[in-house]
Amino acid sequence: MDSTQNHGISGLSADSLSCRRGGRLVFEGLSFQTSAHSFTAIKGRNGAGKSTFLRLLAGFLPPVDGSVNVDEDCNQRSLEPTDFLLSGHLNGLKPAFTLRQNMDFLCKSMTGSPPDNDCLLEAAEHFGLAELLTEKVQYFSSGQRHRSALMRFALIDRAIWLMDEPTVGLDSENRAALSQLIAQKIANGGIVLAASHDPIEVDGAILNLDDFAPKTPADEFWS
Amino acid sequence: MNDVQSHCSPSMSSIFWSLVRRDMRLAWSQGGATFLALGFFLIAVSLFPFGVGPEPSTLARIAPGVLWVVALLAAILSLDRLYQADFEDGSLDDICLSPIGLTGVVTAKVLAHWLSTTMPIAVIAPALALMMNLPEGGYSILFASMMIGTPALSLIGSFGAALTVAVRRGGVLLFLIVLPLYIPTLIFGVGAVDAAVQMLNPVPHLSLLAATSLIAAIVGIAASVGAVKLALE
Repeated sequence: MDSTQNHGISGLSADSLSCRRGGRLVFEGLSFQTSAHSFTAIKGRNGAGKSTFLRLLAGFLPPVDGSVNVDEDCNQRSLEPTDFLLSGHLNGLKPAFTLRQNMDFLCKSMTGSPPDNDCLLEAAEHFGLAELLTEKVQYFSSGQRHRSALMRFALIDRAIWLMDEPTVGLDSENRAALSQLIAQKIANGGIVLAASHDPIEVDGAILNLDDFAPKTPADEFWS
Repeated sequence: MNDVQSHCSPSMSSIFWSLVRRDMRLAWSQGGATFLALGFFLIAVSLFPFGVGPEPSTLARIAPGVLWVVALLAAILSLDRLYQADFEDGSLDDICLSPIGLTGVVTAKVLAHWLSTTMPIAVIAPALALMMNLPEGGYSILFASMMIGTPALSLIGSFGAALTVAVRRGGVLLFLIVLPLYIPTLIFGVGAVDAAVQMLNPVPHLSLLAATSLIAAIVGIAASVGAVKLALE
């Protein structure tokens, strides 16, 4: 977990994004800009579209309007899957596999090669999972599963981190470990966006999605 | 961290094969699709001698059709977890963000499904044909027709599985979507074996079967990609 460079990506920006889910406009006119070395906490009430926003950035759903761009070497281009790493509500772990196998497969599917053993040990130790590496995930508690899912951020090197509720189910010790990981990423030039209701002990900007709630009346609700 | 990894572009083929290996390993592990499909194939075929009676000539007459129909059903049975298992635990999100793209991911999953589930059905089919008293000339063509036809089962099935991925208890829906699409494969597959049994030339049937598989390869992958995209929204 050292010397993570910023891959030449110096910023991430969104331009008047609007998103519709099930006929309902979730947010509209969302513009924001972040640069390398920055942390952005995404806030908003339940249903404000925090997860939707992150999935939209990840390219899983198309925006109704607007675009997402990264600045690379003074050029703007659209965000590619190899630019970022996403962790969602679901942990993406296979219960039948051990933690080590899960991480092996994750790293191989993202980069083509398994994680470096020292790196894997270090990442597991960081989240207090070192002795569970050879254990099947099926026997993990939900907190342990969540920490296992967060291990990807220490294992795979991508410029932008998109974290959806990274603190759910974490005790204070592991929350500190997470903050430390984020701080390190920022120091190395990364861009971190985290949607969370809990405060994360990292200095950064706040993007409040409530500010972008649709102004048009909800006449087309469930239409 | 892994500077080497990030600065040279990741090897697409190694990502592809690691996905194939992952899915095959999942299919063979506990609760996997392989044993389920093979077990169903074995048991369902062995019900026929009990059901229609052990008259050798009757069994020989219906053998190609029974083997092919049960193979279709066994393949479908294994399909509903093809994308759904990954969708439910969130790993579908992760693998769809892999650098090989959705087309690569879908191709890897279909290939793994064929290698782990539908191809083994083709491999054990001749053994079950023995139980069904298939005439001697039919065995090699039964195996050949299954090897040529089973890719279509995985390819078309992948489309159905991707469409029903977000549907709770979508298994029955999957049957309704996929079974009609399997009809060409069934017709040409059974036709080839029947022709071989009657000492006729099975090659035209096999060619048409291969054509069906090739069309399924093009349409099935593209349609699966679209359906997975829809599921991820």
